[in-house]
Amino acid sequence: MDFRLTPAQEAFRGEFVSWLEKNLPHDWDPSRYRNYDSQEEWGRVYREFQRRLFDGGYTAMHYPKEYGGQGKTLMEEVIVSQVLFFTCPELRIPGVVTHAMAVPTIFTCGNEEQKREFLPKILDGTHIWCQGFSEPDAGSDVANVSTRAEKQNGHYIINGQKVWTSFAHLSDYCILLVRTDPTVARHKGLSYFLLDMKLPGVEVRPMTQITGEAEFNELFFNDVRVPVEMRVGEEGQGWQIAITTLMFERVLGDAIMGAAYERNIEKMIEMASQTKRSGRPVIHDPIFRQQLAQAYIEVMVLKYHGLRSLSNQLKSKIPGPEGSIGKLLWSEPNQRITEAAMGMQGPNSQIMGSSPWTIQDGYWQYSFLRSKGNTIEAGSSEILRNIIAERVLGLPKDVSRAKRQ
Amino acid sequence: MDINLNNIQIDIAKEARRFLDKECPTDYAREMFEDERGFTEEIWAKMIEMDWMKVRIPEPYGGAGMDQMDLTMVLEEMGRAVLPGPFFSTILLAAEAIMEAGNDSQKKRYLPGIAAGEIRGTLALHEPDGGADPGYIQMEASADADGFVLNGTKISVPDAHVADFLVCAARTEPGNDPAQGITLFLVDLSADRVSVSLLPTMDGTRKLCAVDFKGVRVGPEGVLGKLHQGWDPLSRVLGRAQVGLCAECVGGAQRAMEIATQYAKIRIQFDQPIGAFQAIKHRCAQMYVEVESSRSILYWAAWAQDYGDPEEAAIAASVAKAYCSEAFTHIATGGVQVLGGTGFAWENDIHLYLKRAKANEQALGDPMYHRERVVQLLTGR
Repeated sequence: MDFRLTPAQEAFRGEFVSWLEKNLPHDWDPSRYRNYDSQEEWGRVYREFQRRLFDGGYTAMHYPKEYGGQGKTLMEEVIVSQVLFFTCPELRIPGVVTHAMAVPTIFTCGNEEQKREFLPKILDGTHIWCQGFSEPDAGSDVANVSTRAEKQNGHYIINGQKVWTSFAHLSDYCILLVRTDPTVARHKGLSYFLLDMKLPGVEVRPMTQITGEAEFNELFFNDVRVPVEMRVGEEGQGWQIAITTLMFERVLGDAIMGAAYERNIEKMIEMASQTKRSGRPVIHDPIFRQQLAQAYIEVMVLKYHGLRSLSNQLKSKIPGPEGSIGKLLWSEPNQRITEAAMGMQGPNSQIMGSSPWTIQDGYWQYSFLRSKGNTIEAGSSEILRNIIAERVLGLPKDVSRAKRQ
Repeated sequence: MDINLNNIQIDIAKEARRFLDKECPTDYAREMFEDERGFTEEIWAKMIEMDWMKVRIPEPYGGAGMDQMDLTMVLEEMGRAVLPGPFFSTILLAAEAIMEAGNDSQKKRYLPGIAAGEIRGTLALHEPDGGADPGYIQMEASADADGFVLNGTKISVPDAHVADFLVCAARTEPGNDPAQGITLFLVDLSADRVSVSLLPTMDGTRKLCAVDFKGVRVGPEGVLGKLHQGWDPLSRVLGRAQVGLCAECVGGAQRAMEIATQYAKIRIQFDQPIGAFQAIKHRCAQMYVEVESSRSILYWAAWAQDYGDPEEAAIAASVAKAYCSEAFTHIATGGVQVLGGTGFAWENDIHLYLKRAKANEQALGDPMYHRERVVQLLTGR
């Protein structure tokens, strides 16, 4: 057992860190959590920075070169991702869905033409992708998707609506889950598409979220004609593709969140040393010290659990059951950590915008609100606990669900 | 980076499981719960045959010289079995203290006997006014011409009633900072003026004693390590012991979760197994989350004791002790609830796990102590 990087991996990490120092955008201020006023500008900066990473040889480390990757291992990809999410998460966020969901799906389940057409353009920063799974009547119950795709002369005609679609307003393409056969069992009638967002009949309506920003959207499809070639896998395989491909990249996501939260602990210590209560820094208050320690402990749990899952996957090549808990280990602690940070600030925790009393650029206020989405997006905590209970512990499904299936 | 168990570790765990399932089912724990000594010579002899006493003791002193991670494999299984007896006190506390602070003649005097299972020891640390703070050491050891004289009371001393000797942390210079003025002493329990009384504890599988020192004489040969500088080696011993307790917690929590989930699959109410209800299902899922999280943090902490730098070893021990011991308590408590009336009954094993969880949570620094220590280590103040 060894928790350290190998000397070669350490050297690679060092090289990347010094490369990154020289290649961060000139107008990017690390003390601010948001440097860009408009969503469009944010998207543009993401694309430019992604292009720079691509040119530097630091994208998709674990994918083959013919698709725009670097032909190394998942370990190198983890190292690069951790450094990026520790240093400059803002520059990566518009591409999170693209890299965590679209890339592994296309790579694992796409055919050769799809891989060659789409992966290089994602990795060089040309394209941003979004994910069209959720619908007004298909939230946690994703298999209830009712957006229809009907086959007609080499095309599918798509009609319906998606919702909560993050970054659709910046996206060039969408990974889309739709119903191709309403006559079979719910899970079996779904198919998976790669959708060009510029096609006629695709409409994007931004929605303002709890933070006041508009990063997610409603997505409407009105007789959108998608060529048959844009289907991933066979008709009716949509559910399997949606479920299985994501499992393989989950450990990467957990490792990334661990790095991002280590940065949060540093920020919290800095904030607690400067913010005062009864005239002295809150870091001297025994109760806040307990909360700070608990935040650190939960981040260490996430970090080392993530590394253990990763290590297991590198050895056995398949995700182990311990990987199923990773998302709970970042989403729920992030809510507790940001809650504690708000408490440390007292009434000043209400100041969100720019003022002489704003603490750390309003980072914790934003993070507190944003963290409320963590236990909802990408599988709610309730659904994840159902999955763990049923698939890992072998507990039975409830009678109503068992009957329906 | 490789966070997978090696084949030797997997084998150690398998052998330990096989032995404990056969020789020490929870019937043994229940029997010893009521027994004053808390273990049988027969089982102790069989544990010696398993070479468990030897795991950490260096080869020149008759041991196997293995690392904390290897020992973790055995301790996880012992936790699963709620194993009673003086293994933890002798191996994790007394032997480690001698290995950490002892000179060669002290090591020769004790370690081969411990490795052979012939000598048992423990650590006298906690004091009545210290609460859960293991750094509160005020018991006095005053120097005179022949050595030292110890006066005071130590409490929550595991297995002192069946030990041959103990390591006692006492103050040789006045003050409140454990880093200054603490000295470790080797005290023979057959010595005059030391008396041991068994405490009527909640967890009968882990016997705790009060030890009174009324002018106990210790000669220069009984000073373990440097005078006034005992906290430094002691804190490393405590780090290993805390990680050892975490291993017990993980093994115990794993078993408590199994008991709860097995029951949730077979207990029928409202025409279905209760495990089909999300109220139960989610409780069980959370047990799994905390068991596997504990295991990950345990492995890091165990590895860090031997291969991390001293700062990492120290902070990892405190992170693990706070997290794993609380997780074990949550899981055992949840287990009692899932089992309903059965969980409240003495007949079911779940209470054994709840009681061990609370014992481990409060031993060698409670979660509050360790969280405070984490902040001190993180921020340097």
